[in-house]
Amino acid sequence: MYVRITRMALHYRWRLAIGLVAIFFAAGFQLAIPILIGNAVDTANNLFGDADARAKDALVLTAILLFAVSVGRGFSAMVQNYMGESIGQHIGYELRMLYYEKLQRLSFSYHAGVHTGDLITRGILDVEGVRMFVQTALLRSVFLVVLIGTGMYLMLTKDLQLGLISLSFVPFVAWRATVARLRLRSNWYSLQEKLSSLTKVMDENLGGIRVVRAFASQKHEMMKFDGASNEALSLANIQVGIRATNISLMSLAFMLAMAAVLWVGGLRVIDGEMTAGGLTQFLAFMSILLQPVRQIGMMVNGYARGAASGGRLFSVLDLEPDIQDKPGAKDLEITEGVLEFHNVSFGYEGEHTLNGVSFKVQPGHTVGIVGPPGSGKSTIAHLVPRFYDPVDGYITIDGQDLRDIKLESLRRAVGVVEQDTFLFTASVEHNVAYGDPWAPDDRVELASQYAQLGDYIERLPGGYDTMVGERGVSLSGGQRQRLSIARSIMLKPRLIVFDDSTAAIDAATEQRIRAALAELTKDRATIIISHRLSSLMHADEILFIDEGKIVERGTHDELLALGGHYNDLYELQIRPSEDSHPLDDEGGAS
Amino acid sequence: MATRRFSERTHEIPPKASIRRGPTTDEEVFGEAFNGQVVGRFIKYVAVYRKLLFVAIAAVLVFTVSSITFPLIVKSVYDEALSEGAPDRSRLAMLVIVFLVAVGFNFIANFFQELIVGRVAERILFDMRRAMYLHLQRISLSFMDKTEIGKLMSRLQGDVAALQEFVETAVFAIGDLVLLVGIIGAMVWLDWRLGLMTLAVLPTLLIVRIIWLPFARRAFLRARVTSSIVSGALAENINGVRVVQGMSREYVNYDLFDIRASDNLRAANLASKLGVMMLPIVDTLTGAAMAIVVVMGGFFVLGGTIETGVMVAFVLFVQRFFDPIRSLTMHYNVLQRAMASGERIFEVIDVPVDIKDKPNAIVLEDIDGSIEFENVTFGYFPDQPILKDISFKVKPGETVALVGPTGSGKTSTTALLHRFYDVWEGSVKVGGHDVRDVTLDSLGKQVAMVLQEPFLFSGTIFENIKYAKDDATREGIVEAARAVGAHEFIMKLPDGYETELEQRGGNLSLGQRQLISFARAIVADAKILILDEATASIDSYTEMLIQQALHRLLEGRTGMVIAHRLATIRSADRIIVLQDGRIIETGHHDELMELGGLYAHLYSMNYASFDDIPDELIQRATQAAQESAT
Ligand SMILES: Nc1ncnc2c1ncn2[C@@H]1O[C@H](COP(=O)(O)OP(=O)(O)OP(=O)(O)O)[C@@H](O)[C@H]1O
Ligand SMILES: Nc1ncnc2c1ncn2[C@@H]1O[C@H](COP(=O)(O)OP(=O)(O)OP(=O)(O)O)[C@@H](O)[C@H]1O
Ligand SMILES: [Mg+2]
Ligand SMILES: [Mg+2]
Repeated sequence: MYVRITRMALHYRWRLAIGLVAIFFAAGFQLAIPILIGNAVDTANNLFGDADARAKDALVLTAILLFAVSVGRGFSAMVQNYMGESIGQHIGYELRMLYYEKLQRLSFSYHAGVHTGDLITRGILDVEGVRMFVQTALLRSVFLVVLIGTGMYLMLTKDLQLGLISLSFVPFVAWRATVARLRLRSNWYSLQEKLSSLTKVMDENLGGIRVVRAFASQKHEMMKFDGASNEALSLANIQVGIRATNISLMSLAFMLAMAAVLWVGGLRVIDGEMTAGGLTQFLAFMSILLQPVRQIGMMVNGYARGAASGGRLFSVLDLEPDIQDKPGAKDLEITEGVLEFHNVSFGYEGEHTLNGVSFKVQPGHTVGIVGPPGSGKSTIAHLVPRFYDPVDGYITIDGQDLRDIKLESLRRAVGVVEQDTFLFTASVEHNVAYGDPWAPDDRVELASQYAQLGDYIERLPGGYDTMVGERGVSLSGGQRQRLSIARSIMLKPRLIVFDDSTAAIDAATEQRIRAALAELTKDRATIIISHRLSSLMHADEILFIDEGKIVERGTHDELLALGGHYNDLYELQIRPSEDSHPLDDEGGAS
Repeated sequence: MATRRFSERTHEIPPKASIRRGPTTDEEVFGEAFNGQVVGRFIKYVAVYRKLLFVAIAAVLVFTVSSITFPLIVKSVYDEALSEGAPDRSRLAMLVIVFLVAVGFNFIANFFQELIVGRVAERILFDMRRAMYLHLQRISLSFMDKTEIGKLMSRLQGDVAALQEFVETAVFAIGDLVLLVGIIGAMVWLDWRLGLMTLAVLPTLLIVRIIWLPFARRAFLRARVTSSIVSGALAENINGVRVVQGMSREYVNYDLFDIRASDNLRAANLASKLGVMMLPIVDTLTGAAMAIVVVMGGFFVLGGTIETGVMVAFVLFVQRFFDPIRSLTMHYNVLQRAMASGERIFEVIDVPVDIKDKPNAIVLEDIDGSIEFENVTFGYFPDQPILKDISFKVKPGETVALVGPTGSGKTSTTALLHRFYDVWEGSVKVGGHDVRDVTLDSLGKQVAMVLQEPFLFSGTIFENIKYAKDDATREGIVEAARAVGAHEFIMKLPDGYETELEQRGGNLSLGQRQLISFARAIVADAKILILDEATASIDSYTEMLIQQALHRLLEGRTGMVIAHRLATIRSADRIIVLQDGRIIETGHHDELMELGGLYAHLYSMNYASFDDIPDELIQRATQAAQESAT
């Protein structure tokens, strides 16, 4: 993981190089300061008897040097920090773009199985985790290594034995750092997972706010929230515990080493084997190391979080969409626009949702599909633009297998008005023009008029610039569906699938939409899925689907003559029935 | 007309695509009521844990004092044990033991300061998120309609996480602050002249800060806002990924996202430039202070005004003095960033709640289930009434159907019954009580609703049907599922009722989702049941089965049914026809058919083929309807 992130950082060669140079300078200046201060003390002390002027000169010189070194340290620290942050931000940006790109390409089967809350958490918190790692941990750890390394070198060359004693804390700190890093990493990993669940809870609550309010279930929702939140909190607490233990143990080791130096060094001074000054220097160097040792604790945390977050991000980035262009895929070439299902079977998970479905739609013809909920109608609609691949059998457009065609050219040619309307938080115009944001105004307006939205939009105070709210909340159900119809037909696709896209539209409006579209669908293959038979009865062929199989097929009249399921439906919708009384306990008498 | 290919990346912003880059409307909406006192308000959240914090501060004090004693002990070692005249082993041993004791204190205090401050900090973060979330549960829908979940999410997660960074460094910051105060005290105590001279650089620092602050603040806020825009864009695209792929918008979206992400990159970069700018300034001032001490202190020593020891101590202290200032500077940047986030968090908490319980609101219990709309006028935007002077009554146990063309205000009518919004004029009464006089919670329990758009939660099917009805039994749930005809397909699923639903029930067909949401409303066991297109995505045969089963289950309940498929409602006790926000016809099916108004036309249209219905007919129908209304 670190290798991968570091490799990303290596793209920013110059920044990295400048940052590293700045690090060496910063470390150098940092180490120079105590030496200069020691100098000053000596000057003030030793030259006590000397001529005042010389001492004063020396003092002033030291002071100037000290000032210069401080300024130098400040600037190199600035450069070092800036480079760290800048690299971090660039990597954060890069990761975001990669992540975004990947998510847009991953196929339906992937998106069906993951929660958007989880994906969003990765996009927000995990990118942040990696960024923080690069920004604060990566460069700074080089700084610490340089500082500690130099300190070690200075001490070991000064006096091997005392040097070893004073550095005795290093192995312990290294060991603790490793242990803590591993523990923190798994902790961060679970913590990010829990935060993901928390996001899920919040995301669903806000997305389903009308349900929450309608059922007055705030208490229930708060319980769900508290459940997820408390789990995350207890993990966070464990994390704090690990950190506290770790940081305090590391300082303890360091201080104990210092005590040992004091004892051993003190004895040696008493025995005359060492000067008091020598011991002072040792202690001075050690105190330079104090701050870095404390920072190691924080650094370890950054590393752990970086690894956990990086893992969660890369696990998405490494996925390959299972639906993508074959090598050598060609653009779709439409000669007539004939869509054909050849004995298609398909299942989402294991068991089959569609079984041996075959049908053919000629240009200018309409195939109608009816069937009970869950029979597989939308599944058929999803196979046409190749959102999924059939498990068995194949689908062709003008004889070209969908799997041999470039996805983009296929999806440009096929328009599916989804059953489950999704609108974007944007203006009416931008939603209609979603498929082609370069479309001229008149095309947008024409499409809206076809979908019988034109009059309504014109009456709006903002006209086409009116915002529709998230997922279109400020529209009525029927308006949402019509907008989504307008969005699809604006692209003038060669094949059109209407998946129950008029369920929330009254019959009168629907008729007008159909009449308007008659022109458009004249030379196009059209599939209409609907529960309202009046929408279907003029189709050239009607398929009745049950449990993934076509159980009845034919024209309206043929199916009525057959007297099967279709006929039952027709009877129910058409003939005023005496025996069904919806929600009515008085038997309909009035 | 050839459609432009998007795969050639154009880097030009298409004219009809949304790129909201700056603070968008919802950022502005949020800002309105925010009162600006981030720090003061933050302290309120901290104050909850004051007892623990006292312990923590005690630990910080012990830690700092013991840290300060180390140099003093070392100094004693020199003075007492290693003095050239009389080296003293036992004295050394004793001092080392004293040192070890200090180390022990230091260790324990260190552990506790980290532990307590860290934990309290986490608590506070979680508390703040909870406060935000709880508030979002109460904010009225008219506000929520205008905001994007992605952006709220960015506040609930992103901004809270940004505070986290602050809180993590807060431990050190507190220690630094104490250290700073201690050192200043020690310096002034050692020699006040030298002490004050050193401190003389502090005002400069303050002035620089004051100039720097407004810039930095704006930059940090901008960084957070742009980041929130990025999160919003990400969230929306994840949610709408099917449409994106279906329309091959990937490339355009990538470019648009790039614009926003680059904005964020630039803003963050500017913020960090401003942040690191403080480092050389502080170091320059540190250098100046050290130079002052060296020169003046040296002169004092030379002049014999002070002793060498004082100067040594001073130099050591000055060095330590600026350490906390340096790290406080870094913390200060983090703090500024945190302030920006804090501001965004409090903005949410400050959004006013328009619709809330009156001080002594009635708790609805055992009502009769009557509904009354009295001259109700209502709209979503000022001056644009959607419902105009609507009046009708529904008797307990009666079933009334609402029909009308799309956008005529049917769903809005039911929203008022639930008090999602407040009426402009007139009143809505449930069980004889004005909905504004009763508690929202009890109102929700009396009115169950199948929403036009079925929304399911992730979780098992069982949990979804049960939802908030904690006392629902398994039998009750199965019975409801049977009644709506969902039992069969549920049992066919591999895990039956325990099948985990994906987000929004994505692994079910829309009709199946609608059935589950229907069952959920039945289990809620309310006096009034509202079905808003509850069977729109269900075939007529299944629908008939549902109606037969419901007949028994819903005995004695008041019903309000909305449907476009008129077969669904033809046997309702009364049918109310809405057109453009007005009631234009009411009556039983047969009466309305006789009337020959809009209903009759809509009804007949259900059979007719679209070739048969000329446009004029429809127009005539609507006109006739309008005339009969006036
Ligand atoms: N949350 C909202 N904010 C703003 N305007 C809204 C909102 N909800 C609905 N509207 C507008 O109010 C009008 C009535 O909408 P409503 O949803 O009540 O219609 P409806 O009769 O239920 O239609 P449908 O049959 O299509 O569902 C529509 O013009 C719609 O655009
Ligand atoms: N993403 C998915 N993962 C797993 N199973 C799925 C998924 N989508 C649909 N199914 C299942 O596949 C079957 C067919 O679903 P489909 O959406 O095609 O039905 P439908 O005929 O369109 O029904 P409706 O009339 O309710 O829209 C259903 O049993 C459904 O539960
Ligand atoms: Mg479907
Ligand atoms: Mg509606």
